[in-house]
Amino acid sequence: MKISREDVLKVAALANLELSDAEVDSYRGHLDDILTYIDKLNEVDTSNVEPLAQVVAAAEDDSALREDVVVRADIISEVLQGAPDPEAPYFRVPRVIEK
Amino acid sequence: MSAPATWTIPEVRAALDARKISARELVKDFYARIEKQNPQFNIFLALSPERAYAQADKIDAAIAAGDALPALAGVPVAIKDVISTHGIPTTCGSLILKGYRPPYDATAVERLERAGAVILGKTNCDEFAMGSSNENSAYGPVRNPLAPDHVPGGSSGGSAAAVAAGLAVASLGTDTGGSIRQPGSFCGVPALNPSYGRVSRYGLIAYASSLDRIGPFAHTSRDVAAIMSVIAGRDPRDSTSASVPVPDYAAHIGKPLHGLRIGIPDDYFGEGIDPEVRKKVEAGIALLEKLGCKRVSIRMPNTDYAIAAYYIIATAEASSNLARYDGVRYGPRVPGSTLIEMYQKTRGRGFGAEVKRRIVLGTYVLSAGYYDAYYLKGQKVRTLIARDFRDAFQKVDAIVTPTSPVPAFRFGERTANPLQMYLADIYTVTGSLAGVPGISVPCGKTSAGLPIGLQIYGPAFGEERVLQMAHAFEQA
Repeated sequence: MKISREDVLKVAALANLELSDAEVDSYRGHLDDILTYIDKLNEVDTSNVEPLAQVVAAAEDDSALREDVVVRADIISEVLQGAPDPEAPYFRVPRVIEK
Repeated sequence: MSAPATWTIPEVRAALDARKISARELVKDFYARIEKQNPQFNIFLALSPERAYAQADKIDAAIAAGDALPALAGVPVAIKDVISTHGIPTTCGSLILKGYRPPYDATAVERLERAGAVILGKTNCDEFAMGSSNENSAYGPVRNPLAPDHVPGGSSGGSAAAVAAGLAVASLGTDTGGSIRQPGSFCGVPALNPSYGRVSRYGLIAYASSLDRIGPFAHTSRDVAAIMSVIAGRDPRDSTSASVPVPDYAAHIGKPLHGLRIGIPDDYFGEGIDPEVRKKVEAGIALLEKLGCKRVSIRMPNTDYAIAAYYIIATAEASSNLARYDGVRYGPRVPGSTLIEMYQKTRGRGFGAEVKRRIVLGTYVLSAGYYDAYYLKGQKVRTLIARDFRDAFQKVDAIVTPTSPVPAFRFGERTANPLQMYLADIYTVTGSLAGVPGISVPCGKTSAGLPIGLQIYGPAFGEERVLQMAHAFEQA
């Protein structure tokens, strides 16, 4: 296998994902299948090919850029309504800095 | 007169104009049928009756006053749950956004409503639009209205099924690798993935930003065109929306197809295609020839690499876009003793299996030491796939393919092997990577009665051509 349990755990830590042991095993197998499949891209000669990050067919003029204007939104209370632990006008999180 | 369940946009207008029904009564009719059928099909995740009736009353007042009605006056529509709707729950089919009510509307929703459309509610989908069968929704899968023991396709399965079941006149879905076209094909309704940049994505909750697009489902291609006329066009709130002028799509509906060259890629009819799908699509191509199109055999030599490139790029972008779900600003939080532990637990339990799988894959391909081998390589191959389309459109006006190599399958039939599920996206991911528009139109059924879709690709910003062809095909 190309992928070890440690690889999956390392990536899960980078992504802030808690995975169960069963998930680690299952993703390890799936990831291995998929990465093995993806290796077929090595058949393609891309030595003189530029990468394509985004098909920006239309933004050739300046209209993609607008003036940066401050607009009052007044949605703080509405936004906080959906928060798991709000303390207006803030979002509260577990303590980060020890006393 | 037919029942509202089958009405097209012009039929809604005719009924309102003739005062055969009021906009309010029409909404009531749709909600009554939704209430009856939704427990079986699981199409809607949330309904918005207050907003729908308020809009209907506005239309009825305009009718009573003799005012000119906007293009979509009184047309009941459904919105995929990854598109933000002010005050209406928007979960992306995920537990991690359970209970979330956006503080604003997506531009596409705002434009629909401004044109008189009535938002009935939000449609079920694969979690964060990741999936081809709707089996990845945290709220249970949608059932295919034409064959309830079969999947509706995905990820916009609810939006496709809503139209197929007559529970909406039209709907919005989103397409990243086929998520509009494939469910359109599985449910037997026309479904358009517009050009990248054609429809504003302001308010669309991001999956893979270089690929995501919003597009319509409807009973007819003419109705798809009517929706496009409303939602297409530059939006200052989405810097990736194009300033290319929006043509009058309706004006192209009904134009003859005489002399149009249709490219048939040999590379799309290789192994893996269901024999019944092949037969019906071949018959569909023959029909287009009868309508005056000229068949041209073309090569798209990099097709075989599209799935690999797509799953690198899409998952990489997803891993970044989904970093925002951390239990701080929206959705439920799973407590932890530290901030990091809270993030890990919230995300570990809030996301479903397929989303986590893609985050893991996407994080892996972007991680130190692998970026060049995977992500950069994927982007270079993407260039070659876009070039295949560009070269093809030098020789032809449109490209015709199957939408999916297989018809709708049974629940659970393909969940064991994610890679096999991904491989079935082959005909749609190519166009997603290239940024070109593609429509799926019904082209018959299998012997078991399952719909088959024919896909028509046009050049970038050539929606009018694919709509013109799709309409002629439907009418033939």
